[in-house]
Amino acid sequence: MNPPSHASAPVWQPLAARAMGLLLLGIVRLLTGAQARWHGSPPKAEQRIYFANHQSHADLVMIWAALPRELRGITRPIAAKDYWTKTPFRRWITSAVFNAVYVERERKGDEDPLQPLIEALERGDSLILFPEGTRGNQPEPQPFKAGLYNLALKFPEAVLVPAWIDNVQRVMPKGELVPVPVLCSVTFGAPLQVAPDEERRAFLERARAAVIALRDI
Amino acid sequence: MTGFLRRLTPDQQVTALFLLVFGVLALASVILLALSMRERPGASAPAGEGELAHAGVLLRHSWFMALVFWFAWALGDVVATVLFALVSFFALREFITLSPTRRADHRSLVLAFFVVLPLQYWLVGARQFDLFTVFIPVYVFLGLAVVSALGNDTHGFLERNAKLEWGVMVCVFGLSHVPALLLLRFPDWSGRNAFLVFFVTLVVQTCMLAQHLAQRYRPGKAVAPQVSSSFSWLNWGIGMGAGALLGVLLSGITPFAPGQALAMALIACMAGSLGHLVMKAIKRDRGVTNWGPRTASVTGSAGLLDRVDALCFAAPVFFHSVRWYFDL
Repeated sequence: MNPPSHASAPVWQPLAARAMGLLLLGIVRLLTGAQARWHGSPPKAEQRIYFANHQSHADLVMIWAALPRELRGITRPIAAKDYWTKTPFRRWITSAVFNAVYVERERKGDEDPLQPLIEALERGDSLILFPEGTRGNQPEPQPFKAGLYNLALKFPEAVLVPAWIDNVQRVMPKGELVPVPVLCSVTFGAPLQVAPDEERRAFLERARAAVIALRDI
Repeated sequence: MTGFLRRLTPDQQVTALFLLVFGVLALASVILLALSMRERPGASAPAGEGELAHAGVLLRHSWFMALVFWFAWALGDVVATVLFALVSFFALREFITLSPTRRADHRSLVLAFFVVLPLQYWLVGARQFDLFTVFIPVYVFLGLAVVSALGNDTHGFLERNAKLEWGVMVCVFGLSHVPALLLLRFPDWSGRNAFLVFFVTLVVQTCMLAQHLAQRYRPGKAVAPQVSSSFSWLNWGIGMGAGALLGVLLSGITPFAPGQALAMALIACMAGSLGHLVMKAIKRDRGVTNWGPRTASVTGSAGLLDRVDALCFAAPVFFHSVRWYFDL
C-alpha cells in the first residue's frame, strides 16, 4: 500500500489537492448524501478491486466519496488517458486528488491496455473498475468486458467486491451542466472469486449478476 | 413567579423558555435511559421495547427541533432564515428522491433547488411578505410548468409536474413560513417572536403526541386504514383538544388573548395533523415508511421530512391567520 507519490511536486500542491478533495467531498455529500451500504463485505484495508455499474460521469466521485477516508487513500479509480490529461487542470485533478490510474481507451500497437492496472495492483493499490467499459443508459448494466476476469486471474489475492451505484444518473444526466440534489447510495456486496476452471464468459455473467442483485437490497 | 417573569427583558424570557424546554427534554431522556436499562435483562418483552424505541425516536425528534430553534433564535434573524433554507433544501432533496423524475425534468429541478428556494428565503429575509406568500403558488406554479414543457417530454407530464410542485409547496413554501413568523412585527410586542414559533411547534407536537398516545391505549376505528392504521376521528379529536388546551395555557407568552390562542391553536393543530396524514399517504404510495436515505425504512430512523412535515402544513396556515386577524 504505497502512498501517492508527490515527491517532485511543489510544496503547496499536496495542500491544494487536499483542499480540492475536501471541497469535492462536501459538494457530493450536500447533493447526494453519498451513503455507503455495506452488505456482505465490511470496509476493510485489504487489496480490493471494486467493480460497479456505470451510468454517469459522477459514478467515480460517488464511490470515492462513499468510501471511508482510510480506504479512499489506497483505492485508485481509472481515468481515460486521452480525456483526463488534455489540460493541466484535468491532469492535476485526476492525479493529485483522485490518484487515478490512466488507461488508453484505444489499443495502441501491441501494448496491453491493462498494463497500467497491473502495475498499480503490483504496487498493492486497490482499484475501482467499471467493467461495462462505457456509460449505459439502460436500467440494467451492459455485458462486462474481459478485463475484470484477466485481472482476477492474475491477482488471485485481490478481493473482488461488487458495488451498485444507485440514482446517480438522476443527479447529472448526460449533457447537463448543473447537478440536481438527489439522495444516492453505493451498496457494496459480498466478495466474488473466480472458481477453478471457470470460463471467462460464465464468470463475467456471474459478476454482472452480483452487481445487479445489489440493486434491490 | 409570573411577576418575576414579566419583569425580565424579552431576551431573558426567551432564554428562560429554552432552559425550560431543554430541562424537560433532559429529564425525559434520563427517565427513558433508566427505563431502557431496567428492561434490558428481560429481553423477552419485545412489545415494551418497541414502545420504548418509539418514545426514543419521538424524543430525538424533539431534541432535534428544539436545538434547531435554539440556534435559529440565538444567532439572529439572518442565520435563522439561512438555517431554515437549509432544512428546506434537505427536505426537498428527500422528497425528490422518492418522486421519480425523467431527464426532461432536469432544468425544472435545477430551477426549484437553486433559484426558487433561495429567492423564497430571500423574500422572507427582506420581509416582502406580500410577494412571499404568492411567489410560489402564483408565479412559480406557472414557471416550473413552462420549463417542464420546454423539456419536450409529454410522458406522464401532469404527474411529474404535480410531484415537483407539491415538493416545492410543502418543503419550500410551507417551511419558509417558520422564519417568516420570526420576522412578523407586532406593535408593542417586539423581541418575543421566538414565542410564536415555540407556540405553533409545541401545540402541534402536543396534538400529535396526544393523538398517538390515545390511539396506543384506546385504539379507535381507523378512518383510512390504507393510509394510516392509527388515525381515527375520536383520537384525532382528543389530540386537537390537547393541543387547544395547551394553546390556551400558553396564551400568556403570545400576543393572543386566551380565546384567540384557542382558535389559533386549533387552526395550527388541524393543519399540522391532517398534513401529516397527507404526507403519510404519499409515503405509502411510494412504498416506504420514512423519508430519507434508503436504509431509513429498514432501520426505522426517520428522514428530515418526517420530523418537519406537520410544521410544513401548520406554519403557512398559522402565519396567514395571524397576519390576517391582526392585520399586520
